[in-house]
Amino acid sequence: MTEQTYTNLTNAGPVTVTVRDGQIIRVRPLVADPDDFKPWSIEANGKTYSPPKKFNLSPFTFAERERIYSENRIKYPMKRVDFDPNGDRNPQNRGKSGYERISWEEASDLIAKEITRVSDTYGSSAISGMTSSHHNWGIVGYKMGPFWRFFNKLGYTPVFDNPDSWEGWHWGATHTYGFYWRLGMPEQYDLLEDGLKNAEMIVYWSNDPDSTRGIYTGQDSAIWRQWLKDKGVEMVFIDPFQNYTATAMEGKWIAPRLGTDTAMAMAIAYVWLTEETYDKAYIESRTVGFENFKAYVLGSEDGKPKTPKWAAEECDVPARTIVALARQWAKKRTVLAGGSRGGEGGACRQAFGTEWARMMVLLQAMQGLGKPGVSIWGTTMGAPFDASIYFPGYADPDGRMSTSKAADQTPVNPTAQRLYRPDVPDAILNPPYSWVGEGFCGNSLEQQFKPYTYPAEGCSEIKLWYRYGGSFMGTMNDTSKWAEMYQSPKLEFVVNQDCWWQSETRMADIILPACTHMEREDVGEWGTGNGYTQHASNGCNFRVIVRQQKCIEPLWESKSDYDIFSLLADKLGFGEEFTEGKSDKDWAKAFFDISDLPKHISWEEFDEKGYYIINVPEDYKSTPSLRWFAEDRNCDTPDLGNPKRLTEEANQLGTYSGKIEFVSESLSEHFPDDQERPVMPHYIDSWEGHKSPLAGKYPLQLLSPHPRFTFHTHYDKHTPSLDDIPGHRIKKNGYAYWPARLHPDDAAARGIKDGDIVKLYNDRAGVLCCAVVTGRVRPSVIHAYASSAVYDPLDPGDPNSIDRGGCVNMLTSSRLLSKNAPGMAPNSCLIEIEKWEGQI
Amino acid sequence: MSQPTMKVDVDKCTGCYACFLACRDEYTGNDYLPLSAAQPPASQSWMRVEEIERGTFPKLKVSYIPIMCQQCEDAPCIEASTDGAVYRRDDGIVIIDPEKAKGQKAIVDSCPYGVIFWNAEKALAQKCTFCAHLLEAGGEPRCIEACPVAAIQLAGDRLDEGEKLHPEFGLDPAVKYAGLPKNFVTGEVVIKSEDGEECAANVTVVLKSDTEEHSTVTDIFGDFEFDGLTELAGRILIIHHDGHAPIEIPLAGETSIDLGLIELGFGL
Repeated sequence: MTEQTYTNLTNAGPVTVTVRDGQIIRVRPLVADPDDFKPWSIEANGKTYSPPKKFNLSPFTFAERERIYSENRIKYPMKRVDFDPNGDRNPQNRGKSGYERISWEEASDLIAKEITRVSDTYGSSAISGMTSSHHNWGIVGYKMGPFWRFFNKLGYTPVFDNPDSWEGWHWGATHTYGFYWRLGMPEQYDLLEDGLKNAEMIVYWSNDPDSTRGIYTGQDSAIWRQWLKDKGVEMVFIDPFQNYTATAMEGKWIAPRLGTDTAMAMAIAYVWLTEETYDKAYIESRTVGFENFKAYVLGSEDGKPKTPKWAAEECDVPARTIVALARQWAKKRTVLAGGSRGGEGGACRQAFGTEWARMMVLLQAMQGLGKPGVSIWGTTMGAPFDASIYFPGYADPDGRMSTSKAADQTPVNPTAQRLYRPDVPDAILNPPYSWVGEGFCGNSLEQQFKPYTYPAEGCSEIKLWYRYGGSFMGTMNDTSKWAEMYQSPKLEFVVNQDCWWQSETRMADIILPACTHMEREDVGEWGTGNGYTQHASNGCNFRVIVRQQKCIEPLWESKSDYDIFSLLADKLGFGEEFTEGKSDKDWAKAFFDISDLPKHISWEEFDEKGYYIINVPEDYKSTPSLRWFAEDRNCDTPDLGNPKRLTEEANQLGTYSGKIEFVSESLSEHFPDDQERPVMPHYIDSWEGHKSPLAGKYPLQLLSPHPRFTFHTHYDKHTPSLDDIPGHRIKKNGYAYWPARLHPDDAAARGIKDGDIVKLYNDRAGVLCCAVVTGRVRPSVIHAYASSAVYDPLDPGDPNSIDRGGCVNMLTSSRLLSKNAPGMAPNSCLIEIEKWEGQI
Repeated sequence: MSQPTMKVDVDKCTGCYACFLACRDEYTGNDYLPLSAAQPPASQSWMRVEEIERGTFPKLKVSYIPIMCQQCEDAPCIEASTDGAVYRRDDGIVIIDPEKAKGQKAIVDSCPYGVIFWNAEKALAQKCTFCAHLLEAGGEPRCIEACPVAAIQLAGDRLDEGEKLHPEFGLDPAVKYAGLPKNFVTGEVVIKSEDGEECAANVTVVLKSDTEEHSTVTDIFGDFEFDGLTELAGRILIIHHDGHAPIEIPLAGETSIDLGLIELGFGL
């Protein structure tokens, strides 16, 4: 019996993996030499705060072993039984028919032939495909690496991602304070120190950092919030659900009606305006357009003063509570925790979510955003951090083998055509399809104004769809349409490549088994992709780069994504060009070589030891986010993406005026007459909210936030132990149902008891869940997390079938935030709920 | 010899379940003989988390209580076993011998905490060992390593202080708790005026019984709260506000209560 340990990295923390006789037997937080840690410390109020020498993983990471050995792994290449590339393709049976095992030789031949046929017949723009996010870690194997390198060479039609977790900040707040290079989320440097030293109150608005965990940074920030609580910082939670941070921190819970947060924000501004408790000097010197805003809030624009009483009607929160909050906010140095990374949150993923996100910035502007204790800080980032050492992340062009200087050459894709993720099915099924905006608009505000039409001039409709991952039934909106798309004869050939059977896997003609990050060689930094969220690993207490060592051979017949695309490239005649003769470990070294790490550790030592901790230097000097702006100094934070930094305009924000804009100059220039994203934020009745006519038929509002116990869909379905966590799934007759939480009054009115199987439904879909009757949700709101990985239609292959797996996203509307702000809006969704009388 | 035990701070626990999953990772399919035999996949919860909701919307509290073998001084599992199948080591840790305990289902049934599980395949009673194999190697139990907020901590020796989970069982558990959920009483004080109403901050609220008296003041939202109560019946809540007659509210019932809005009329 031989036991060996390996280092590896997940999307929620670094791990040490024990392997015995070729089997993983244990996955622990990375076991590092205590001498390698040099913990930072923060002095505040006569106390010293310093993190323990450990890495705090997200809970699901401890189920990694179950996930890797899951019965749901795709074990062999498969072909749909009634798919005949030379005869009847039977696309209508996608999702219905079974599969037969085929060899890698047959599968790769078939795919290469189809790629050649489609490209020769229609042109390479007829080939499209896209990846899911986050399922594995490591820059060699990351989705933007081998996949893009392969498909760029083919000249495919790329699909723009939408900024799905922070839509309103991207499409809205960027026009208020810039930060488009962070896709609308603010810099977070040194805000932990600022919070500990200066904050007196934190308003968590639509934010559950204990569940969303800074995206990738595991549970390292949980202790920060304990420190803040122990220090006596007052905490307020604004959320229709009493989220997990709220239950842990206690404090005041304010539960507005879904979709009305902007009204509450306006009323807070009203109190400050009428009581003159805002920072007039800051408004004068650091902002533009305030007078127009003041006029709107006070009612001179539409005759409706945005009083607390007015807001109370909208929000179903007492006016007195709004007044009390507003007064305390003005009186105390208050942090606005407007989402996990500062700017995110479910309130920005709903109709006109741009307005709420913009209001979050403007409220803090009225209190002097950037001054001590007055920040937009999600409480999951901003630990002391040495930014002087560069290591590429997956979102850096240099962190992808498709675009990196670590490669000898990188193929450039000449195809101009694009698709847009939320609406891929609409485009494919009903072309032409038009939209505005380049998806992730991280290079300029103008990218948001660029119009697109599919099919693009001179390009083909999509005939070949190559899907890598397969989560969309549980993550996109109105997702039955994805099933419809897959069954369309317009898609002549569909491939799915993944580690596990997911909600879309069964829609493919050919299925390829990929391996996980523990079955291949890689390298990566914990907590960050850099790029648009530069230095996100300051959400970790220790910055750590990990040599992701191959722990076991690929299971069954799976292969690494890199090996799969190498194989296909070989069949297509460009294998050598694709690999440059490099193994995956050679690529890991190539990325290491272009980083700053060789200045600190040799490759040989790093490869052997498996990790390198980048400690904060002893003479560390903190540069709190936006302090420079509040004090009208040049930007002194290491925010590499800020294009004005180190220029003559370094004291400016990324807006046209360089200041915070109550009236947006970029919107005034490009969409001056847009009433749905006006040049200045307004409260606009939701297109699917409590006042909509549809509320007569479907009176309940579905709140479907990011999940607590999984990473989006990842770890759901493939890890049986998670099914034993009642907040995640609830077993009934042996089936693990998705929980739907509802208020006792709503349950009683429908004869629903705790533990009943219920049907959530509207005109778009029906989804079975297990009822959890709880005072943790406000009346008229149903809370069911997004991101079920289980798509289990009662009638397989029928896009209109009721789903038993909990894909509540099928209920949501695919209408976008507003006509020129193409973000998804899952939290504007009216439903009804009833006890399920069918079989369970 | 020191006798390690655990202390659990319920107020710190965020309900993340990392302890539960880390425990499964350690023991599923892995033998640590002679201390423990492997657990079958996803079937036992040597560490489980109990969720307790108290109160009603919008004044709700949720507690998460990590529960593992309590290492009882008067361990009923030892009593229930034959042939010395369950024994206490010199360091105090109660161990179920994975060989001798075969066929002894009575061991499972003996535990009122429900922390002993039946492995049907091996016909074996199983439970938490405090990760004795890791302690022996100088490490710490997996649940403690996994906890991001040190809600579960190892104590070097048995503790006298601290709350006991289910003291009514009378088993003198070595594991000690802080913050086990009890009843609370809450309410919101409002001042009515001609202009409308306002949250009444800094109002003194007193909770009185025959034997004790607690006092607090309302926060900026007019909210007050007394937590950590066992009995509510027989207590009186008194709200004092300058220029107003005190309001007295007798309490009743056996669960946490939200008294809702308490209005201080103007000009009283």
